[in-house]
Amino acid sequence: MRLEPAGPEALLLVLADQPDAGLPLRIAALADLIQLELGPLVVDLVPGWTTLLLHYDLLRTDHLQLSRRLLPLLEDWCVQAQPSRSGHLHEIPVWYAGEDLAEVARACALSEAELIALHSGVEYRVGAIGFAPGFAYLGELDARLSLPRRRTPRTRVPGGSLAIAERQTAIYPQTSPGGWHLIGRCPWRLFDAQAEPPCALAVGDRVRFLAIDEAAFRAEGGAP
Amino acid sequence: MTGLAVIRPGPFSLLQDAGRLGWQHLGVSPAGPLDIQAAAWANRLLDNPRGTPLVEIALGGMELESALDTWVALCGAELDIRLDGAPRPNWSRFALRAGQRLSLGFARSGQRAYLAVAGGFRAAPVLGSVATQEREGLGGLHGDGRPLCAGDFLPCVPVVLPGAASVPWRFVPDYRAEPCLRVMLGGDAGDFSVADRQRFFARPWRLSPQSDRMGTRLSGEPLRAPARQWSLGVTAGAIQVPPDGQPIVLMADRQTMGGYPILGWVHPLDLGLLAQCPAHREVRFERVKLGGMQEDIREFYRFFGR
Repeated sequence: MRLEPAGPEALLLVLADQPDAGLPLRIAALADLIQLELGPLVVDLVPGWTTLLLHYDLLRTDHLQLSRRLLPLLEDWCVQAQPSRSGHLHEIPVWYAGEDLAEVARACALSEAELIALHSGVEYRVGAIGFAPGFAYLGELDARLSLPRRRTPRTRVPGGSLAIAERQTAIYPQTSPGGWHLIGRCPWRLFDAQAEPPCALAVGDRVRFLAIDEAAFRAEGGAP
Repeated sequence: MTGLAVIRPGPFSLLQDAGRLGWQHLGVSPAGPLDIQAAAWANRLLDNPRGTPLVEIALGGMELESALDTWVALCGAELDIRLDGAPRPNWSRFALRAGQRLSLGFARSGQRAYLAVAGGFRAAPVLGSVATQEREGLGGLHGDGRPLCAGDFLPCVPVVLPGAASVPWRFVPDYRAEPCLRVMLGGDAGDFSVADRQRFFARPWRLSPQSDRMGTRLSGEPLRAPARQWSLGVTAGAIQVPPDGQPIVLMADRQTMGGYPILGWVHPLDLGLLAQCPAHREVRFERVKLGGMQEDIREFYRFFGR
């Protein structure tokens, strides 16, 4: 574990060398603790897979003073067992009809049905939220579905697309460029700036995908 | 409410404030003005707090008609400023009467001009800010991230100020000069070779035309980037080095997380100079220490407000 400046107004807490299944929830708990203890000094706290980035108010503090105040919190956090809460479980409907489904199945030497069973058969954990508003990185994808990102990213991935890349899966909350493989479509809106909270998923939450058909996709409000 | 009517929007004019802060944990980009110094001066000339909503005008070419008597200020890119055909000075405030037309020519030097109005432009905030983030569809006049267009109406209130005022000339930057930007090393700098770290500072870098509000792309003899890492939170000014070895400096519309190795950070008060550079301009970097950089930023906040 180490603390290092990340530019003049942020401090990076490097919490592990490699991500593991329990880490996101622990990092989320640490973010809550820091917010509680250092509230007015904190501008934002951004969890990464193995890190927590603390944007701070330079008029109120600096990285040396913050480091001193963080060290006891981190010592406590290190010896704490897994948090008692297990992370909220979201069951998200998906119509497995993404543009790349057939190609991904071929590349993984699986039938489409096997691919869907593998993808929807496990529980994922939100490891980080970033790239775009509400874009939740979910891990860990079955190794049999692991593919590198597309060589050339698409300039336009439709909002609601369920995608995979390497050992991660995610839903693009809104239409954006993207380099992941599209395997399905979710009828739900996963980020809404007017909603409270704007993003249904939080770091450390659990996600399970429920395979639905086109009729159910439309019934849930999915645009054809 | 009364205000200014947009007759011609110019190629890319955006309502901005101090940025959408506090939502990066949900992947929401802060946005805000690219040149925080020029924007801060425009507001200060009108006694507005820093971060009062103003318009960032890329390249100029905007025309507005006022429906009220008020005061405006322009700072940033050097361009022809006319009020009903009569010239008005840049880096200054001046009165605007109901029915008058304010027209801006195209930028002769610099890329972004800032138009502030006394009391600020009014728009409904999205996640606490009116800053326009086009990619994310957030903020702006209509809340959906759209740039300003002809027919838009920028609401503001009538204000009377005692007289003209200008930014002291010694604070007015020369956007024609080839800038030397201050950089602190950090992040993954230790994973780059010593030769590459030296080369980054020794050689000029050329601004790529692919630059945008998200990132300024530099081209030059490629650096050898260390291996990709697990995605982590990133900050403004971060110098990312993707596998092609051509650095990208993250700007106001940056993403909140990134996985590319980071060589260091450009001084936040120098990012405006970078944003004012046209494509193909050569820029250089000089190494500074964290402490001095922090002192500069504190001074900026104390003078202009947090």
